[in-house]
Amino acid sequence: MQLRDVARILEAEVLTGEDKLDLHVEAGCGCDLISDVLAFTKERMLVLTGLVSPQIIRAAEMVDLAAIVFVRGKRPTPDIIDMSRELGLPILCTRYPLYESAGLLYTAGLPGWRHWPRAVGGAQDAP
Amino acid sequence: MRLEYHVSGRDFQAAGGAAAKTKRALRQIGIDAETARRVGIVAYEAEMNIVIHAYRGTVGIDILPERVIIYADDEGPGISDIALAMQVGYSTASEDIREMGFGAGLGLPNMKRYSDELKVTSQVGSGTSIRAVINLPAKEGS
Repeated sequence: MQLRDVARILEAEVLTGEDKLDLHVEAGCGCDLISDVLAFTKERMLVLTGLVSPQIIRAAEMVDLAAIVFVRGKRPTPDIIDMSRELGLPILCTRYPLYESAGLLYTAGLPGWRHWPRAVGGAQDAP
Repeated sequence: MRLEYHVSGRDFQAAGGAAAKTKRALRQIGIDAETARRVGIVAYEAEMNIVIHAYRGTVGIDILPERVIIYADDEGPGISDIALAMQVGYSTASEDIREMGFGAGLGLPNMKRYSDELKVTSQVGSGTSIRAVINLPAKEGS
């Protein structure tokens, strides 16, 4: 799924990475904890989160995430937007809650981490 | 090559900066993306441990031909039961820390997961030392 499909399905506003909408997103994950992002995601994954913090951007940088979607209408602060722009990390905002955002993308064919061929630690690591 | 960063307890603004610089440095000297990612994650968790739990500390990275070693040494309260701290879900982080998205009880388990070797030593009332080793992938033809 391309990032532009994610934006369309979630009726999301693209805050940074307008030039990266062709980016291919391989899987998705919903996380509101930083360590969960580090434990349960892989490079080129999309993370849906309600956690508006500069640390989520740092975590995304560590894991090489494809993009971040802030859910429930949450908006990142200017420092978070600046950080993301500097890193070239696309961030999107949707008014849909986490559950519905994940459901919409999953129904549209974006798999979760279980389907990710190189999911860290395998099934025993399921949260 | 050695990198070293000072980390201040409770400084959530600068937090993660040492890990970010480490990861960028590794990529710049040509370390593969997967190893840089693993080192970045371990360094990030080690750095956040200091920010969340300790007063101050140091994160050091030794880049050797065959492996990367990550050191984190802090002055802080220490860990009384390391086996318990290694358990997924166990955390002593306070409520305000949890509200920031930390305290999942995954810090040390994540470090173990992404390292080839992990050693944690601690003295209650004094501080904690972490040493993590990540082996570099064997070069083709060697």
